[in-house]
Amino acid sequence: MVLIAVEALRHSYRIGGGLVWALDGISLNIEQGDFVAVMGASGSGKSTFMNILGCLDRPAEGSYRLDGIDVGRLRQDALATIRNRSIGFVFQSFNLLPRTSALENVELPLVYRRMRAAERRRRALSLLEKFGLADRASHTPAELSGGQQQRVAIARALVTEPLVLLADEPTGALDSQTGQEIMAIFRRLNGEGLTIVLVTHEPEVAANAGRIVTFRDGRMVADHPATQHAWHSGSQGRLSLVYNAQ
Amino acid sequence: MRAHRLRSALTMLGIIIGVAAVVVMMSIGNGARERVAAQIRSLGTNLISVTPGSARMGSVQLGSGAAPRLSEGDAVAIESEIPGVIVAVPLLYSRAQFTVGNSNWQGVLRGVTPSYFIAREWAVMAGREMIWEDDRRAANVVLLGTTMREKLFGHADPVGALLRIRDVPFTVIGVLERKGQSVWGDDQDDVALVPITAARRQFVGTSRANPWQVHNITVKFAEGVSAEDTMAAVHDLLRQRHRLQPGQEETIMVSNLAEAAEVEETATRAVSLLLLTVASVSLVVGGIGIMNIMLVTVTERTREIGLRLAVGARQRDILTQFLVEAITLALMGGILGVSIGIMAAAAIGTFAQWPVVIDLSAVLLAVSFAACVGVFFGYYPARKAARLQPIEALRTE
Ligand SMILES: Nc1ncnc2c1ncn2[C@@H]1O[C@H](COP(=O)(O)OP(=O)(O)O)[C@@H](O)[C@H]1O
Ligand SMILES: [Mg+2]
Repeated sequence: MVLIAVEALRHSYRIGGGLVWALDGISLNIEQGDFVAVMGASGSGKSTFMNILGCLDRPAEGSYRLDGIDVGRLRQDALATIRNRSIGFVFQSFNLLPRTSALENVELPLVYRRMRAAERRRRALSLLEKFGLADRASHTPAELSGGQQQRVAIARALVTEPLVLLADEPTGALDSQTGQEIMAIFRRLNGEGLTIVLVTHEPEVAANAGRIVTFRDGRMVADHPATQHAWHSGSQGRLSLVYNAQ
Repeated sequence: MRAHRLRSALTMLGIIIGVAAVVVMMSIGNGARERVAAQIRSLGTNLISVTPGSARMGSVQLGSGAAPRLSEGDAVAIESEIPGVIVAVPLLYSRAQFTVGNSNWQGVLRGVTPSYFIAREWAVMAGREMIWEDDRRAANVVLLGTTMREKLFGHADPVGALLRIRDVPFTVIGVLERKGQSVWGDDQDDVALVPITAARRQFVGTSRANPWQVHNITVKFAEGVSAEDTMAAVHDLLRQRHRLQPGQEETIMVSNLAEAAEVEETATRAVSLLLLTVASVSLVVGGIGIMNIMLVTVTERTREIGLRLAVGARQRDILTQFLVEAITLALMGGILGVSIGIMAAAAIGTFAQWPVVIDLSAVLLAVSFAACVGVFFGYYPARKAARLQPIEALRTE
């Protein structure tokens, strides 16, 4: 079943006097249960694409259907509801609320669902437990390591039981060891049936995905299953296929 | 908010001052209103005071000797000829020296008729009342106000005691109930009352030109009778009796005592107006302070707003959040202001001897003012926050 259907997506930014097309005609279907890694050089439009998938931004042209809903036509409040119910977003910089406990951070999306406090707490706690943070529930982000903060952020993204987890360079701010721990979580979640779209420029990270799509200058230049291949970008930005032993 | 305690406190300053001013203003206003009401009650209701001379009377006029004097005949005429008048009491005043044993005091002596106690609704607390027999006999009897009684006799029972007024012996027949302070600030209980006949014979009625002269006529009219009509009737009657030509200089002053008491209230009204100005200015300044701080907060927390939007907050959720913050700031200022206002009002009551009445309605009004300021001045920053686009908000540093 197709969960995400993107058709001739274009998006531009106004820089100085002119327009820069950050996305220049992306068409892509993502199946329910897929684990997709989006790769590409810096500035190739990966974040722009993710922001549109996450309903944080609207495409200038083209269509985006999420679970059959034409998201491009929705009004602000309806988009807020989609963000709240269907999408879990994980950021490179965690984006946790400072001076707010891990538990309250995880509860936040449920607050906007007008859920009872006790139920919110129960759900948030069980997710923190799942990610090994039960004893950190009352800690503020400043009292947590980067890896712990990102796990709290993942718990926050999942507490609403979204249709898809979107992650824009979730390991970008972490050392490789911790990054691998985060990726282990992603693999586990995908194993439980969660659809994941992940942006990264690290081949080791992308290697965890089931499918790798590559962007260049706002276009999709490759789309491969990752069980056979991983992308490695050379020093001149040249792309070469490398066999992935895993 | 809690992260910037000093900043919040400074922001609230305007609200604090404004709300405190509202509380003080209302306390003083209520106190003044209640005092005036009490004073009118103590004065006796439906009273008109008639005195010789006019409001424009100056020393020149006094010197001319042309001013006709009020007489006991005038009082009799007012009482018998003007419908609606219950009593018209002639009064004589004098300062006098009072002597008990070897001790002397200066005090106010008033010559009155028994009708005076009806007019002033003034009852006797101990001893007996003044009766017409005292008046007819010009008896050397005296009724004391509570202050006078305390001065002369302390806590001893003065009824039946002998007292000398300007060396003339008088018998104390009773003590009057306490009246308290008058509108004009003097102690109404610091007085001794004797029959007007006795006063005239012993002290004041010696003018050969006008042996029946009185200093004042206090007129009490019936409930339901118009004060203006009665005043006009008294005025016409006296002009006629004193043969004043139309257009001739006004020489008799007829005034409504209750109104005079109310005029006194204008002093506190002026203070209230001043405080109202302070309150409005402070509340507006406080409101602008809140708006300013909220705009700063929204800018500082743009990323947080972006995150909230990203996890599903709707525009109205963000609007509500920042409005609540603005109102909280305003209400905290309001509550602080109420506390300071109550303390200030109490201090004014103690040190300036002003009557203050602090009631719940003043507190509620002041706090709801503060809340309104919070809503009004918090709305624009809150709307600004709510209208942020998620991606742009998230991108800011
Ligand atoms: N807010 C923005 N304003 C202007 N240009 C932008 C903005 N965001 C991205 N761009 C431009 O769009 C292109 C794609 O950016 P982005 O989607 O962030 O790429 P990536 O995430 O792959 O590095 C780049 O050329 C970038 O400079
Ligand atoms: Mg990026």
